Amino acid sequence: MRINLTINGRQRELEVSPHQTLLQLLRDTLGIHDAKEGCGEGVCGACTVLLDGRPVSSCLVLAPTAHGRQILTVRGLEEDGLHPLQEAFVRHGAVQCGFCTPGILLTACALLERDPGADREAIRRALGGNLCRCTGYAKILDAVEAYARGL
Amino acid sequence: MGPVETPPRRAEELAVIGKRLPKVDAWGKVIGETKYADDLILPRMAHARLLRARHPHARIKAIDTSRARALPGVLAVITGADFPPVKFGILPVSQDEEALSTEKVRYVGDAVAAVAAVDEETAERATELIEVEYEPLPPIMSIEEALAEGTVRIQEYGDGPNIHKLVSLEFGDVEEGFREADLIREDLFYFEGSNHLPMEQHAAVARWDPDGKLTLWSSTQTPHYVHRTLAKVLELPMSHVRVIATPVGGGFGGKSDPFSHELVVARLAQLTGRPVKCTLTREEVFYAHRGRHPVLMWVKTGVTRDGTIQAMHFRSILDGGAYGSYGVASTFYTGALQTVTYKVPRYKFEGCRVFTNKPPCGPKRGHGTPQPRYAIEVHLDKIAEALGLDPAEMRRRQVVEPFSKTANHLTITTCGLEECIDRVVEASGWREKHRRLPPGRGVGFAASSYITGAGLAIYWNEMPHTGVIVKIDRGGGVAAFCGSIDIGQGSDSVLASVVAEVLGILPEDIRVVTADTDLTPVDLGSYSSRVTLMMGNAAKEAAEKLRGLLLDAAAKKLEVSPAGLVARGRRVYLRDDPERGMSFAEAAQLAEAAYGTLAAAGSYRPPRRGGKFKGAGVGPTPAYSYTACVAEVAVDPETGEVRPLEIWIAHDGGRALNPLLVEGQVEGSVYMGLGEALMEEQIFRKGLHKIPSMLEYKSPTTLETPEIRTILVETNDPEGPFGAKEAGQVPLLPLIPAIANAVYDAVGVRVDEIPITPEKVLKGLDQKGKGQEPRVGPERFPRVSFPEPIRVESAFGQPADLSLKRE
Ligand code: FES
Ligand code: FES
Repeated sequence: MRINLTINGRQRELEVSPHQTLLQLLRDTLGIHDAKEGCGEGVCGACTVLLDGRPVSSCLVLAPTAHGRQILTVRGLEEDGLHPLQEAFVRHGAVQCGFCTPGILLTACALLERDPGADREAIRRALGGNLCRCTGYAKILDAVEAYARGL
Repeated sequence: MGPVETPPRRAEELAVIGKRLPKVDAWGKVIGETKYADDLILPRMAHARLLRARHPHARIKAIDTSRARALPGVLAVITGADFPPVKFGILPVSQDEEALSTEKVRYVGDAVAAVAAVDEETAERATELIEVEYEPLPPIMSIEEALAEGTVRIQEYGDGPNIHKLVSLEFGDVEEGFREADLIREDLFYFEGSNHLPMEQHAAVARWDPDGKLTLWSSTQTPHYVHRTLAKVLELPMSHVRVIATPVGGGFGGKSDPFSHELVVARLAQLTGRPVKCTLTREEVFYAHRGRHPVLMWVKTGVTRDGTIQAMHFRSILDGGAYGSYGVASTFYTGALQTVTYKVPRYKFEGCRVFTNKPPCGPKRGHGTPQPRYAIEVHLDKIAEALGLDPAEMRRRQVVEPFSKTANHLTITTCGLEECIDRVVEASGWREKHRRLPPGRGVGFAASSYITGAGLAIYWNEMPHTGVIVKIDRGGGVAAFCGSIDIGQGSDSVLASVVAEVLGILPEDIRVVTADTDLTPVDLGSYSSRVTLMMGNAAKEAAEKLRGLLLDAAAKKLEVSPAGLVARGRRVYLRDDPERGMSFAEAAQLAEAAYGTLAAAGSYRPPRRGGKFKGAGVGPTPAYSYTACVAEVAVDPETGEVRPLEIWIAHDGGRALNPLLVEGQVEGSVYMGLGEALMEEQIFRKGLHKIPSMLEYKSPTTLETPEIRTILVETNDPEGPFGAKEAGQVPLLPLIPAIANAVYDAVGVRVDEIPITPEKVLKGLDQKGKGQEPRVGPERFPRVSFPEPIRVESAFGQPADLSLKRE
């Protein structure tokens, strides 16, 4: 079936199969590999993308349901250079292997969009669905908090 | 490149080392550009899936692949018969694996056949059409069953029917030590196995070029060992095989073995003439495993009234799963490092690894040492209580002597553990809290040590463990080449930082080229915390050679002595007159004109300082790292739930080359330790993995991870580059016993079995309520016929001999 959607600001018309997931569409069909697969069952958050500004696990979203909607992957965060939250991740050492990073950046962006002054506890709660096996989350929380507080 | 700072007067201060600089690969990762193995897409690429056994133990009678072959879109179907009859395994003594099983399957998940097809879905459907006729054999699913007489064998080699390895060593006379003790205590502990759960599922892509050469891209921590294995199993010259390790999305030891899917994609690429990719599903990652060994332990220690250890006797039985993997080394590691944290003048170790019909266990962060560390630190906590001593103070008094030898002939260099203990005791308010918090709240203490790189390579050889080539071009650009692979720990950044420090430029001025067996000198791999020290030393040597040439050439031009020059701030200039000098690029051009192309190699081989007995190969390292930890927990008496509230952790990793990265390693270790302490377990029911999915396998999220207070205690170790030691593993070790001890402080229940689940805590509370012993844990240690020990004189207290630097 044919769907229309916008990915990182670019409008696309695509042929998808009804049981294809949004993650498969992005990775396998379009080669947009910045959404990652860590489990394929909605648990790890590595595949997080923003769907009309809301974080979703793209491995659980069927591609056809994205018809007419806006998709943002981590590539889409950059405008004129790095998004300041990306800068904060670099500066605060929030990235180790980096596999969780795209999903966490997007989840954090969506939170700060909703609640620009989110405190550490609110950040902690918002990131509860994004696993990171490397960092112990400490420096991820530092980075998001620093950005939220305008540091 | 312009100068980045005004040269300071004291040029000897370090400019890059010790600074909180971003990782050199962080930018690519935050924009999602970094290409992990599964992100690779090659023209005409086919996709592979493996067919895995559904029986834990069975003979393969016949395999019929005809229906799979007939499926449209299928390009090739292979079984074990499509490989030369060659077995492999990471250790030379355990060559027991096949790319695809030919005679037997030994665990649910063992690979028996594979398909390449135009897409993953077709490949998956084709595997379902393969018919395998099995003759089921009785599965052996526990240590007890493995040790039982007259059972069917899983492997045809080892030290007993289902015994892979037996070890027995005694250093000094432990019985004499026990006679001198005022208190002797014996305890039993069990540590359940767990998976590494790296976020990235293993993936590999193979391409066979028309000239008959194979290239394999793989998410591996050990490209060199994969290189050797591919050549061996496919019977190719090593020179025709190229292995490129892609950035690893988390390893923690789980990507350190050569795996079936790597061999399978290579063979399928050869047969189909197309590149072939295979990415494991999360379920398959649980089968590929090589995770933490379940270990049953018994420990007996004799101490004097003030808690001084006189002798220790330690026994372990490791449940190894179906294959050898690193198991022989793991077995030794459950016994080797007991003597490196506290003074243990006499020590005896007996270890045993059994085969069971489960996915093979191997190295996970801390390799073989978190289990005994947990046992010993809880055991010492009990001893301190029995003697009425403060458990932190009792340990502090017995910290090993720097620059001394242990009973089992290990050489300690620097040791900052005393300071680590002082710092966490201070920061956590230990003295005000221990045994003083309200019911349901508690604090626990533990400490640990770990190696900075294994002293020996996995296969016997005289060559360096790592090599680095540095090259400078005419524009002043610098490239550093090393076989090391960044698994998130920051090895690319360490390489760039060390070279930058020596040459007086910045890490971002350097292009690192790593983990490509065609382009880079061998590095043995990202395991055993070896890379920073070994690669760092090699990088320093290579860069120093080039700096020598640059300074010589610049000195001639400036008509001064090279000894008066420094390279710093992207310049070469006079130490005493910083205005007089030239840019780095100019110095490079002068040097190239004078000496030809600017490239230099450095390499590193660790000192051979181990003992001279059989089994002395595991444990030696250039330097040991140390950590002390205090954990505070709340225990809910209704639900049994243990909630970690705050963790204080002080780590001696030598000089922190980049404190930001070292802290990251400490925090990541704390996190992983918490997961093991409280929830993670790889368990089986009726031969089946109980939880091969992230839905069921619990691991800590942001919500279960408390604030971590990290303290870096810096020693300056003579063995490390700029004094650096290890950071990535030792901080995991004390976490687990610190939590166990904190649970005891909170509710008076001893959980002598990891993980400390709510059920176990409730059981202990229930026993306590009934006036029974409030302890949950193993009740007996099975009979194992350990051989007579190899008896070696204790080297305890002898001074370190550092002259044996590079034999
Ligand atoms: S891959 Fe979608 S949540 Fe894990
Ligand atoms: S940085 Fe590796 S999983 Fe988060």
